[in-house]
Amino acid sequence: MQILQQLINGLSLGSIYALLALGYTMVYGIIKLINFAHGDVYMLGAFWGYFMINKFHMSFWPALITAMIFCAIAGVIIEFLAYRPLRDSPRIVVLITAIGVSFLLENGMSYLFSSSPRDFPQVMDVQRYHLGSVSISNIQILILLTSIILMILLQLIVKRTRMGKAMRAVSVDPEAAQLIGINVDHTISFTFALGSALAGAAGVMIGLYYNSIDPLMGMTPGIKAFVAAVLGGIGLIPGAALGGFVIGIIETVVQALGFSAFRDAAVYAILIIILIVRPAGILGKTTREKV
Amino acid sequence: MKKSKFAAMAAALMMLAATFAGCANKAGQSGNSASGNTITIGGNFELSGSAAAYGSAMERGVKLAVKQINQDGGVKVGNKKMKLKLVTKDNKSDNSQAAAIATNLTTQTKASAVIGPITSGAGLAALPNMTKAKVPLITPGGTQDSLTLQKNGKVQPYMFRSCFEDSFQGKALAKYVYNNMKLKNVAILGDKSTDYAQGLIKAFKSEYQGKITTTEYYQAGDKDFQALLTKLKNKKFDALFVPGYYSEAGLIIRQAREMGLNQPIIGADGFADPKLVKIAGKKAATNVYYTTHFDPKAPASSKVDDYLKLYKSTYHEDAATFDALSYDAVYMIKQAIEDEKSTNSVKVADGLAKLKNFKGVTGTITMDKKHNPQKPVIVSKLENGTEAEATAVK
Repeated sequence: MQILQQLINGLSLGSIYALLALGYTMVYGIIKLINFAHGDVYMLGAFWGYFMINKFHMSFWPALITAMIFCAIAGVIIEFLAYRPLRDSPRIVVLITAIGVSFLLENGMSYLFSSSPRDFPQVMDVQRYHLGSVSISNIQILILLTSIILMILLQLIVKRTRMGKAMRAVSVDPEAAQLIGINVDHTISFTFALGSALAGAAGVMIGLYYNSIDPLMGMTPGIKAFVAAVLGGIGLIPGAALGGFVIGIIETVVQALGFSAFRDAAVYAILIIILIVRPAGILGKTTREKV
Repeated sequence: MKKSKFAAMAAALMMLAATFAGCANKAGQSGNSASGNTITIGGNFELSGSAAAYGSAMERGVKLAVKQINQDGGVKVGNKKMKLKLVTKDNKSDNSQAAAIATNLTTQTKASAVIGPITSGAGLAALPNMTKAKVPLITPGGTQDSLTLQKNGKVQPYMFRSCFEDSFQGKALAKYVYNNMKLKNVAILGDKSTDYAQGLIKAFKSEYQGKITTTEYYQAGDKDFQALLTKLKNKKFDALFVPGYYSEAGLIIRQAREMGLNQPIIGADGFADPKLVKIAGKKAATNVYYTTHFDPKAPASSKVDDYLKLYKSTYHEDAATFDALSYDAVYMIKQAIEDEKSTNSVKVADGLAKLKNFKGVTGTITMDKKHNPQKPVIVSKLENGTEAEATAVK
């Protein structure tokens, strides 16, 4: 029965990685950039939720939605200020800029709000439901359901709307997309907004779940979400969701088997193995690079 | 032509270097002394970064002590009364910053003694520069055993602490769990990434007479302990020992209680921060025991009452562990200066090493040969987020 319980633990952890991985994968899909500042947008979301609930006494849902809007704006601003001026630069330049943005956000927030952890206001009482020997808390259910709903919404936006169509077009060939009248800059901004909104939602949910936030909270989940995106196949939206859940479950299983000291090592070992054996990821198709 | 120019420049540089080296040598032989009527004390504080909670407590304690000493007339050096002057710098909880500040405080500020950094890692980083300048460093919170020892086992001449060391509290905890709580099975969930937790685990294991059923590890910065706790739930144990700091321990307490693990949770001084209860939640912070250096409920000396009142009236909050230890550190320096009748930093170090029956707010302190203060360990118990009782363990 312990296995089932661990599976639930893994799923709720994995849904957070999945939400973050979606942001990575969408941005990569459209401008081939690994946005290392993505984990820090998730931190911004958590802090926004913290201040909204503490200062304006919002309940959970308004805090979540305003955090998503705030992060969407933050994502667009980051893209506009840091990445857009480098649109025609080599990819490595943008990548290093992304690392710089990440440091700026982490240390800027540490400077403004101090880096000691804060307790996230508890807007919801924890209740545990027991089914036999398996127990699940209302917050775990909330995280799982919200994540899944957000992922379905995202899929609908990408597949069913004009903007989604534009996103897919730009990711296939930005120049051709521009030729048929798609505004590439707007589309890229929109992608950042979507990805960042998901990260903001993850931030608020994690704040509520663990009751502790700090300016460096985005670092490790950010990197693990990146691994999840690569594992699922970077650039592919279903791949990121799958990769997130897989990483969450692997982490949990490694600990359950008694290798708690090697948990992070296991995740990064998977990254290396995937890159060697199947660089396109689980769902990726191997395509030849056009020369 | 070019070559000769280069040679001239090199020669000039070497002369400059020689002058500087000369200065350094002179300072090295004698250490720092006070000039005029003020004794300078340096503060190498973690005012921002991950250890900021400890560092700002340290700052409050030190400032209070300096103010109090100056109000009482200052430090008696021979037959002259001298005032204390405090120069503080923020090391940002960063080891290389701590080392740079140690140099700055000893060579620029010419401090006779330095308090801080508060963590063992930063203390180790700062020490070589302190030793070079021959100025003593007192850390109020660096509990790592090896901190005051050189590689060959000899004592570090310029490293002191006002707190007790890890093995001391690890062993005290082991005794307390076995003798006072009478619990025979303990599970350990420890921080893999800090020397602090490793030292505690080692000391606890060496002293505990009961059975250690299982040892699991996490990393500092972890937030999810569900998997580990689910695993522990199926093991038999009477108490859970969590060697680590409050940020993770708070989460462990919270998640364990949510999961229905109601056994006592025990820890060391890393628990001693009000944030622990905030993160864990009041309801969850029940049946939690931890060692601490200072506790108003179990006053270790007659000075405690006055200190509590003074602290409250100055900062409008209650005094806690690390401000008390820092407060003691300043008075230890005062005592050392008065004993040696000198403000010279080498003499201050001698005085600190010889400290005996010093009455501080954290107990009566006698320095042992390894520069570890000998004093009682206090075990506090939390019920519903507030302290229910405290016991002194010898």
